[in-house]
Amino acid sequence: MKMGGYGDVQMIDENGKRVDGRGPGDLRPIEIEVGVVPVADGSASIRWGANYAIATVYGPMEAHPRKISRQERAVLDVRYNMAPFSTTDRMRPGFNRRSREIGKVTSDALESVVQLELYPRSKIRVEIEILCAEAGTRCVGLTAASVALADAGIPMTDMVVSVASGKINGVVVCDLNKEEDNFGEADLPMGVLPNTGELVFLQMDGDLSQDEFQQAWDYNVEAAQEVHKVMVAALAKRYGGVQ
Amino acid sequence: MGQDGGSDESGSDCEVKLVTPGESLGPAGDRTLGHGVGRRGDSLIATRLGYVTEKGSEVTVMPVKTAYMPRPGDLVVGYIEGMRANIWFIDIGAPFNAILPMSLAPGKVDFGATRDAMDVGTTILCRVQEVDESHSSVVTMKGMGLRKLNSGFVDQIPPHLNALVIGSKGTMIQMLKEESDCRIIVGQNGRLWIEGEPEGVRLVRDALEIVRETGHAPGLLDRIKGLF
Repeated sequence: MKMGGYGDVQMIDENGKRVDGRGPGDLRPIEIEVGVVPVADGSASIRWGANYAIATVYGPMEAHPRKISRQERAVLDVRYNMAPFSTTDRMRPGFNRRSREIGKVTSDALESVVQLELYPRSKIRVEIEILCAEAGTRCVGLTAASVALADAGIPMTDMVVSVASGKINGVVVCDLNKEEDNFGEADLPMGVLPNTGELVFLQMDGDLSQDEFQQAWDYNVEAAQEVHKVMVAALAKRYGGVQ
Repeated sequence: MGQDGGSDESGSDCEVKLVTPGESLGPAGDRTLGHGVGRRGDSLIATRLGYVTEKGSEVTVMPVKTAYMPRPGDLVVGYIEGMRANIWFIDIGAPFNAILPMSLAPGKVDFGATRDAMDVGTTILCRVQEVDESHSSVVTMKGMGLRKLNSGFVDQIPPHLNALVIGSKGTMIQMLKEESDCRIIVGQNGRLWIEGEPEGVRLVRDALEIVRETGHAPGLLDRIKGLF
């Protein structure tokens, strides 16, 4: 898609239709598959729009290096990584400032639900690999990681669902795509616990008024319920039983 | 798990319900909390992905996967992961490595000669001797039948499904041994040592695959009998 520059691109028409044909509150299509990496203790792949990510969980296991272990609880070692081929500009392989940040916020969000105190001195390793990126990869990665944790049988009080809303051409919309993320005015990724509605993760980029913030918040909480249904259906598909 | 393989032989056609972490299991009332169940306000919630069962007043979630937690007296299959001059570090499939001091090794080992006795990668059959509050465990190889496993094959199932492989009063494991003509040792950490002819080993592995995939559903014994 050709884009003029910041601020002068029309990304939503007068009927509230966005560039990809969605309405303001609509999510991109989501598909989740559980158990895609058989050697891992838990794994999940997720397709969210054009995003494609795989999350794996190993452990609980002996904490290495020793210095990261905690006497009274397990540590979550989250690694977020974008494959070099995941974006149109080649992503330089390896750690960078952004991947460290996302690894940390993902770990913080998951720590609020995982019952780490059951496995003192050990480590739970979570690896998130983004294979194709189209805006909102931190949300995609966090959502896939919670499914993978559930698949690994890790005790949790809830599953984290993450969705981002934002603002384009002055209109608040749910689940930004690539163009909306690049040329929009604001972005509000959130991590929500679907069973209690609690908030475990929030970041904001750009400016939103109080009303706009409330609208984006409502979109995220509502969308989280929808995504949660997909997560539960994926787990049910893998493990059968009555849902 | 307290199931002792009973569920597979009773042939009950009750359907198992899958619950996800955080899912509500209804009001707490007088119900007691079993494995994998927590409390949120006045209601019970599942804290693991698994199948919910209700026996009497106790609600339990039988998880789809578990980590092995060592208990004293457990017979386990371990791998040597490392060593110092007088101890070995053993991977017993638990979240923490166990140690095997030289004094509990089979036979006499000289100080500094741990690697000569058992090198990294050696598979051993050992027993958990001690587990302290911080989950550190000590294993021993002094005892009947505890030894290096130089031959055979090791397969793994989630440890909570051990009871299903053994069956009530050992019926399932007895049947597997007879049908496959293999020697089988079930480690409590979910690792099974199998030794025999290749066809027999393959038969046991097929049976274990069935346990891994459909162990939770009723009628397991019939499905495994279908292999023979």
